[in-house]
Amino acid sequence: MSILINKNSRVITQGITGKTGQFHTRACREYANGKACFVAGVNPKKAGEDFEGVPIFASVKDAKAQTGANVSVIYVPPAGAADAIWEAVDADLDLVICITEGIPVRDMIVVRDKMRKHNKKTLLLGPNCPGTITPEEIKIGIMPGHIHRKGRIGVVSRSGTLTYEAVAQLTDLGLGQSSAVGIGGDPVNGLKHIDILKLFNDDPDTDAVVMIGEIGGTDEEIAAEWAKKHMKKPVVGFIAGVTAPPGKRMGHAGAIISGGKGTAQEKLAVMEACGIRTTKNPSELGKLLKSVLK
Amino acid sequence: MKIHEYQGKEVFRRFGVPVPRGIPAFTVDEAVMAAQTLGGPVWVVKAQIHAGGRGKGGGVKLARSIDEVKQRASEILGMQLVTHQTGPGGQKVRRLLIEEGADIAKELYVGMVVDRATQRVTLMASSEGGMDIEEVAAHTPEKIHKVHIDPALGMTDHDADDIATKIGIPAASIPEARAVLQGLYKAFWETDASLAEINPLILTKSGRVIALDAKLNFDSNALFRHPDIVELRDLDEEDPAEVEASKFDLSYIQLDGNIGCLVNGAGLAMATMDTIKLFGGEPANFLDVGGGATAEKVTEAFKLMLRNPELKAILVNIFGGIMKCDTIAEGVVAASRAVHLKVPLVVRMKGTNEQLGKKILADSGLPIISADTMAEAAEKVVAAAKSR
Repeated sequence: MSILINKNSRVITQGITGKTGQFHTRACREYANGKACFVAGVNPKKAGEDFEGVPIFASVKDAKAQTGANVSVIYVPPAGAADAIWEAVDADLDLVICITEGIPVRDMIVVRDKMRKHNKKTLLLGPNCPGTITPEEIKIGIMPGHIHRKGRIGVVSRSGTLTYEAVAQLTDLGLGQSSAVGIGGDPVNGLKHIDILKLFNDDPDTDAVVMIGEIGGTDEEIAAEWAKKHMKKPVVGFIAGVTAPPGKRMGHAGAIISGGKGTAQEKLAVMEACGIRTTKNPSELGKLLKSVLK
Repeated sequence: MKIHEYQGKEVFRRFGVPVPRGIPAFTVDEAVMAAQTLGGPVWVVKAQIHAGGRGKGGGVKLARSIDEVKQRASEILGMQLVTHQTGPGGQKVRRLLIEEGADIAKELYVGMVVDRATQRVTLMASSEGGMDIEEVAAHTPEKIHKVHIDPALGMTDHDADDIATKIGIPAASIPEARAVLQGLYKAFWETDASLAEINPLILTKSGRVIALDAKLNFDSNALFRHPDIVELRDLDEEDPAEVEASKFDLSYIQLDGNIGCLVNGAGLAMATMDTIKLFGGEPANFLDVGGGATAEKVTEAFKLMLRNPELKAILVNIFGGIMKCDTIAEGVVAASRAVHLKVPLVVRMKGTNEQLGKKILADSGLPIISADTMAEAAEKVVAAAKSR
């Protein structure tokens, strides 16, 4: 098993006619069961056409009705990305993964509010995230597939390349991954650390979790407090940004220490107090995880 | 993106938030003319820089005559204004705001930010205006009142009146306070602001509610739909290196250390800085080259780092995903040659086409120090920086 996605997921690509969407759809189809998993693309102006054999539909609803897809991945440019999220949510897919970086925060506030008010069950991963992968089954997103191995370690992170770093360390130590999930670096997003920890906790095929955070917000603290009470599996962690100056946006829109809140030190202290082993040396993440395995 | 107080007040005016009459001035003569246009008897001469804490730093002065306006303006214009937000070097004052004086009965605070937990715009208000609101939050949090605003409804009459009452606005002035709070929210929402602050919001002796200050920051991801806001950008207030970086789509932030680092991805870039620190060094910058690091981009990144006279060594840390290590290696070699790199360079590459990339570096004939892990790279770069 795994979390969020597996070889039975059927995926729609929103933004399949753009350069980014095509590049990554191609790479995802080449990975494991990708050819069977990626079943549709969406573009209202190109309905009836196809991308390398993947049929294009006018809307997510059409694509779902015709192919039975249950997941979508979004590469639509920022100005239209929130609408694309809503289109997928409104079609009642199980999961929407938004890769797009640079969506205005106001647009995300509006779409998240609508999701809540319409009581939608659709899960949103991202935006501004690398996506998620269940190694040797399916990859949905922009991560390099070849560094992953099938296994029993869960990985959750706000960052892209830092996730790859952790995954590569695990793989080098012979520790495969059940799923690796990038929740993204934006301040207003969908699934958070706590949500992913809950999923890994319930997944019989995950033994332990690497949780990677960064400065800004309180998601890591909230997840840590939950883990203290409910997590049955060991969790190890790292927080990026111990050296980040306050008031500066460190690349990610959400990575900012404001009003003295959201520092790495604060997050590390709460995580440690909640029983999550942390390291200040990101090169040691894999070894740290190995040390807590029974 | 940040703007000046006087520009913020223009935005406020557009949304019905009352502000004092005022005129911006770029020279002492303009300041005098502004004061004459406004009329007396009292004026406030306010330094316009993007940092807060201007009053405490001596950038806001009262004047009771035109002569005094002239004197204050010449003192403040051109000064290096040091506040808790500028750093020890301060910020040069290039613009002034000349404003009519106000008869303050009470100073209050209102601010708006996006609350990440509720995913809504949150109004924060306090009876303790004019003070550092972080201090109030730390010592007397019960004096800060909050409302999370429903994006479908906006700032309701009920919420506005409730907050106004809680911060001590008398009944007779509630309708005015309501207009201020609703106008502030509308300004925040419609301009895609990321932060709005009025500190102080004042109650005058005649019961009027006026924004005596205006701080507005905007969501840089939304600027594409606000060309009018983009026009308010003042490059003099921004770090020149950061401005230069943004032209090449590089995310760069200058820091105090002497070890430059060039990394792909924001999280990995922070982790690299942290590792340098962990091994006893100090990072000179944050630099995320993003997803497509071409030779041109790496060259520009090197040039940016080399502008820093403190720079002693450079660490390049790349995790090749989409970006292939051999492409990066070619970029690093070309950039090193283009800038005639004199400082030690440590390169750590991992991921797609790692071996190819390492070979390109080794075959280049350049004195590039190679490392396998982030920790090893940090250790080597710290040693290299210390030996110089």
